[in-house]
Amino acid sequence: MSYASDNADALAAPARISLAEPSDFYALLKPRVMYLVILTALAGLLVAPGQMHPLLGFVSLLAIAVGAGASGALNMWYDADIDARMTRTSTRPVPAGKITAGETLAFGLILSGFSVFILGVVSNWLAAFLLAFTIGFYVLIYTMWLKRWTPQNIVIGGAAGALPPVVAYAAATGTMAIEPWVLFTIIFIWTPPHFWALALVKAAEYERAGVPMMPNAKGPDRTRTEILVYSILLAPIGVAPWLMGFASVVYGVVAIIGGGFMIAYAVNVYRVRSAELGDKAAMKLFGVSILYLFALFGLLVIERSIPILARMIGLGA
Amino acid sequence: MNIPAQNQPIVVLTPEQARARRARNIALSLTIGFLAVVFYGVTLVKLGMRVGSM
Repeated sequence: MSYASDNADALAAPARISLAEPSDFYALLKPRVMYLVILTALAGLLVAPGQMHPLLGFVSLLAIAVGAGASGALNMWYDADIDARMTRTSTRPVPAGKITAGETLAFGLILSGFSVFILGVVSNWLAAFLLAFTIGFYVLIYTMWLKRWTPQNIVIGGAAGALPPVVAYAAATGTMAIEPWVLFTIIFIWTPPHFWALALVKAAEYERAGVPMMPNAKGPDRTRTEILVYSILLAPIGVAPWLMGFASVVYGVVAIIGGGFMIAYAVNVYRVRSAELGDKAAMKLFGVSILYLFALFGLLVIERSIPILARMIGLGA
Repeated sequence: MNIPAQNQPIVVLTPEQARARRARNIALSLTIGFLAVVFYGVTLVKLGMRVGSM
């Protein structure tokens, strides 16, 4: 066959040319999850003793955020079939046909390798290993295995979302300590009531998509009980940074009040079980849980940043 | 005018496809430029730390 006829064939064939915009690739990174990762990782970085050079701290944080985004992209590659069946996720770039599964896989793999390598070079290889473990855990253990297999999927899989403060602490110090693991535990115990509150409302969609979330696999009553148990566990753990001396009394007061709100809204979810009011109660808890985590980690970041900023402008010791 | 076969475009982009490709190229250029600046800065900091500890 001649080159000219090859060209003619190519012109005749319906070539698949990407219409993907940069914003579609950005959406693959699950930006809202990435913002939370940036906040929790920044808290891990700031509770570490000593002071990391600001540029190295910034690049380490960027690498952790990109690593989290990469695992989000790999999740969207693998779960495109589930995403297409749920209204909440059907507009994501892969099910919407804006980016192919192959492009998403390549994007996720390249960013994963890149973020791990950069973190290793800029900070240390313990942090890089922990980031690689986090990505691997989220993609291989949560996405490919647990999510379609057990209603405990987000309990165990929540470990991946809870690891960023640990990774960041390791990036700053090259070692491990109890403080980042306390932050890990807060996020780990926070994850089930947060996700199950949403899952209570979206139970029918999860059922249709074949995902065994707690409300559709074990029933809404069992879910409400577990939400309450995890919220009661979360309240004292949220106060631990103050009790252990690495957060101020202001943090302690906010954590106590926030924990009280989490329990109060979880009790409300437990008590109100009618279809419409039950959904409202669950969505209120979902919203409060987001505020709670942002308040705790935001406060940690602010109170840890103040002395550093004061030193930088020459006000403090 | 006859264009030699090897010079003919294999695929002709629609305006929408061309616009999306241009946007992707600009985003990629900005990302690479940003990374070049960051790596330059990190190299300076790392070298400075080594010189400082000698």
